[in-house]
Amino acid sequence: MALLTIQNLSLGYESRAIIEGLNFTVNEGQYLCIVGENGSGKTTLMKTLLGLQDPLGGQILIGDGLKKNEIGYLPQQTLVQRDFPASVREIVLSGCQSRCGLRPFYNKAEKQLAADNMERMGITQFANRCYRDLSGGQQQRVLLARALCATQKILLLDEPVSGLDPKVTAEMYSLIKKLNDEGITIIMISHDIETATRYASHILHIGSNIFYGTKDEYLESEVGRFFLRNQKGGEADD
Amino acid sequence: MIDKLVFYFQFPFVRYALIVGVLIAMCASMLGVTLVLKRFSYIGDGLSHVAFGAMAIAGLTNLTNNMIIIMPITALSAVLLLRTGQNTKIKGDAAIAMISVGALAIGYLIMNLFPSSSNITGDVCTTLFGSSSLLTLSVADVWTCVILSVIVTALFVVFYNKIFAVTFDENFARATGTKADRYNLLIAVIIAVIVVLAMKMVGTLLISALVIFPAVSAMRLFNSYRSVTICAVVISVVCAFAGIIISILAGTPVGSTIVAVDVVAFIFCYIAGMFVGGARA
Ligand SMILES: Nc1ncnc2c1ncn2[C@@H]1O[C@H](COP(=O)(O)OP(=O)(O)OP(=O)(O)O)[C@@H](O)[C@H]1O
Ligand SMILES: [Mg+2]
Repeated sequence: MALLTIQNLSLGYESRAIIEGLNFTVNEGQYLCIVGENGSGKTTLMKTLLGLQDPLGGQILIGDGLKKNEIGYLPQQTLVQRDFPASVREIVLSGCQSRCGLRPFYNKAEKQLAADNMERMGITQFANRCYRDLSGGQQQRVLLARALCATQKILLLDEPVSGLDPKVTAEMYSLIKKLNDEGITIIMISHDIETATRYASHILHIGSNIFYGTKDEYLESEVGRFFLRNQKGGEADD
Repeated sequence: MIDKLVFYFQFPFVRYALIVGVLIAMCASMLGVTLVLKRFSYIGDGLSHVAFGAMAIAGLTNLTNNMIIIMPITALSAVLLLRTGQNTKIKGDAAIAMISVGALAIGYLIMNLFPSSSNITGDVCTTLFGSSSLLTLSVADVWTCVILSVIVTALFVVFYNKIFAVTFDENFARATGTKADRYNLLIAVIIAVIVVLAMKMVGTLLISALVIFPAVSAMRLFNSYRSVTICAVVISVVCAFAGIIISILAGTPVGSTIVAVDVVAFIFCYIAGMFVGGARA
């Protein structure tokens, strides 16, 4: 059985549906990119997958022994986080919260896990620094390390590179690719169709036309060709 | 001056005042960071108005311990305010304003219709700005305060990591399986307890100051959640202690004296923060 099976899912706000009849599956090790125009419902889909809001209809089946608290999530930054007085270590460690259950304090294994993930993301030297004093790219790596503390299996990323410069963006993407190569399933929302088609194994395009398939199928498809052409045209206009 | 202090300390009610004041200051400052950053300050503010109304109602009953009435009403309102604050359909802000201003008006109305003493203006002033001295505390008041402070502190320590996770990023906590609603509820109820506790000392209008000033001061100086929280508690306790001593010596109203000391501490921290920040950069 697949990690996630989405059956006939409808989602939206207050019974006004944005997307209806969505079907797709996510298998272990897959790198799924969700693309689509602004306002097409990408963030809404991710929130629904995470259980932050209820679907209007249909089902999300979780399989392969994946537990609800084994999902990692990299949200878009909120304003609250920007001026929060917290050290990098405290934030990364808070990713272990789901392992604690009702136990009030973190144990040795969890502290070690946090240290390992900081090492993995190359932020060990910032451990005692304040989150709000870091650059945008460093902050994203902190949040990624936190997400890795919450999961070994699946990561959901909502536009992980928005606001980063090209060099840091490239670093971020190769970091994510490396995690995928280590066996972590990735579901990522991206505005950047070029990168999506470079790294992803599968593409989910949402909007007036819904497409789900492998990257190669997408590049051949009507929707994909049209979207790709538009995006490139749009960029040339800038 | 020292002689005068020693003289005052012979009286048990002076010692009670100090114990109660320091405990309340400690509890109020612990959740300050969470409140400020979660934009929950409005709940503290709204609750203090509700507590005013509840106090007026409690005045009708002639109970010796009016906490029995005030505490449940305030805690219930905390839950309600939290719900409406999260509800996007009804305008959250408007609902809170309605509840808190409504409670204020009804409270004042009740106090006028059923005056418990001839000096209504004095009563109202006491409820809003705290009693002119803390020296009217009974032994029962002191024990209530000690027990509630211990409970609040214990809850805060036990749920410290969870409160941090929910404050820093509620969506992440929720998505990874933490029951965020439960902890929001816990935070709201703790705020209610603190508001009711602090009401006697600083009055309903000044409670927010007790919660917010130490946290904001500490945030100027420190960079991690833990050190900010510890620093806020220390600042708050020191200010409350100093404020009470000053108010005894100078005969000033205790609540506003404490808040004034908090303001001075904030100015100090603000200036010190500029130097610390300069050194860091
Ligand atoms: N809280 C909300 N209540 C009601 N409608 C909402 C809410 N949030 C978003 N919407 C609407 O839902 C639609 C989809 O929004 P969503 O944020 O999912 O788009 P998106 O694909 O992530 O866009 P972007 O590429 O700009 O991030 C939009 O039309 C938006 O107006
Ligand atoms: Mg979005």
